[in-house]
Amino acid sequence: MSEFRMPSLGADMEDGVLVEWLKQAGEAVSRGDIIAVVETQKGAIEIEIFEAGTIERLLVDPGTRVPVGAPLALVRGAGEPARPAVAEATPPMPKSEPAPAPAAPSRPVARPIEARPSEATRDRTSPAARQLAAVRGIALAGLVGTGPGGAIVRADVERALAKTGAPTPRRGIDPGEMRKAIAAAMARSNREIPHYYLTHQVDVTATLAWLEALNAGRQPPERLLLAPLLLKAVALTLRDFPEFNGHFVENAFRPSAEIHIGTAIAIRGGGLVAPAIHDANIKHLDELMAALRDLVARTRAGRLRSSELFDPTVTVSSLGDRGVDGLLGVIYPPQVALVGFGTPASRPWVVGDRIGPRMVMTASLAADHRASDGHRGALFLLAVARRLQEPEGL
Amino acid sequence: MSKDDIRRIVIEEIANIAPDTEPGAIDPGSDIREALDLDSMDVLNIIIALHTRLRVDIPEADYPLLLTIAGATDYLAAKLAG
Repeated sequence: MSEFRMPSLGADMEDGVLVEWLKQAGEAVSRGDIIAVVETQKGAIEIEIFEAGTIERLLVDPGTRVPVGAPLALVRGAGEPARPAVAEATPPMPKSEPAPAPAAPSRPVARPIEARPSEATRDRTSPAARQLAAVRGIALAGLVGTGPGGAIVRADVERALAKTGAPTPRRGIDPGEMRKAIAAAMARSNREIPHYYLTHQVDVTATLAWLEALNAGRQPPERLLLAPLLLKAVALTLRDFPEFNGHFVENAFRPSAEIHIGTAIAIRGGGLVAPAIHDANIKHLDELMAALRDLVARTRAGRLRSSELFDPTVTVSSLGDRGVDGLLGVIYPPQVALVGFGTPASRPWVVGDRIGPRMVMTASLAADHRASDGHRGALFLLAVARRLQEPEGL
Repeated sequence: MSKDDIRRIVIEEIANIAPDTEPGAIDPGSDIREALDLDSMDVLNIIIALHTRLRVDIPEADYPLLLTIAGATDYLAAKLAG
């Protein structure tokens, strides 16, 4: 018999509220199954199990706040006989490692668990109002719409919220809670991690031309953005620079054999999460694009999975096409590096002995000086730039 | 399909991709990326949705023409008429 415990989903998570069980006592589970939904500061997270067996008993009722590492359920391993109920009264052995072993989990399809309003209500409700209502647990049916044709708009939900005194959030992302999570993690980072920063301007004219030519031969659903190329270039380069990939725990750097890239995703209206794209070094660009698309959608809906939050080994933050020249990142502890990419822009550039317009992007590295030095950091950043300039090798 | 139908579809698909925004409430001549805080992934997803729903070809070079609700409506109307 083993215990299924509340996993740690980030450097500063202390507890989470069990929202819903997706498996019941007596049900068989296999590796990678989503068995519960837990409300955290990063939204409602689907919790995966990493062993096969049968749920013997659920120990926690929905609605309960549970500290990280506390048992949620008892799981009988495959082949283990069912024990009589009396034996279970024995107090469980405490374990030092609360988080289940990270491993490439199977990817079950996300199932919608939000209560759907009736079609009639849906039609007369703006999507923004619907989302806010879902996040804050407001019933749309009881609201008076003041929008066009009596439609319920965001302001109507806000008014209802003000009246009820804002109940505890249930689903999706609560901006106030997310701000607290970011504050705690970033304050810890600046307190504990001796950062050093390097920047490098990269001529990405050929990279963008290659991408454009590739996309010209593809229909929209198969087209790529620049982001998967950035992720792949970083992931491939990290294989030769292990001191930037891993975790600094208990006064020592522990490199990671796997490369799980935490991908910074902005939430509209404020907030940020950096869930992992697993094994980015062995994924094709198309797979990375699909993974990114899926991750962006689920991050914004507040529907991430536990494995995506607890095991990124490095972070990549890209400003996209509406940003500024560059960024200097704050490392997400216990990681030791953050690679940043600014918005590519047309700049005067020397090519051979001439000056001409080229698309230039500023790449940056924020790294933990306890794990690496600036010389290796510079070599790493140069190697990333070289890979980006040869996109056919990505 | 009338222009009003196309405009409604454009607004609907933007709202599907970015459910926390109200595209129906913005100036139809404004850049949706600025007005609704959309990134390149959002824009691509909107293009995919419009391409799939209306079965029109949208080359990447034409994306700038679809960055306002009015522009997207005109572009798609011309494509559907042609």
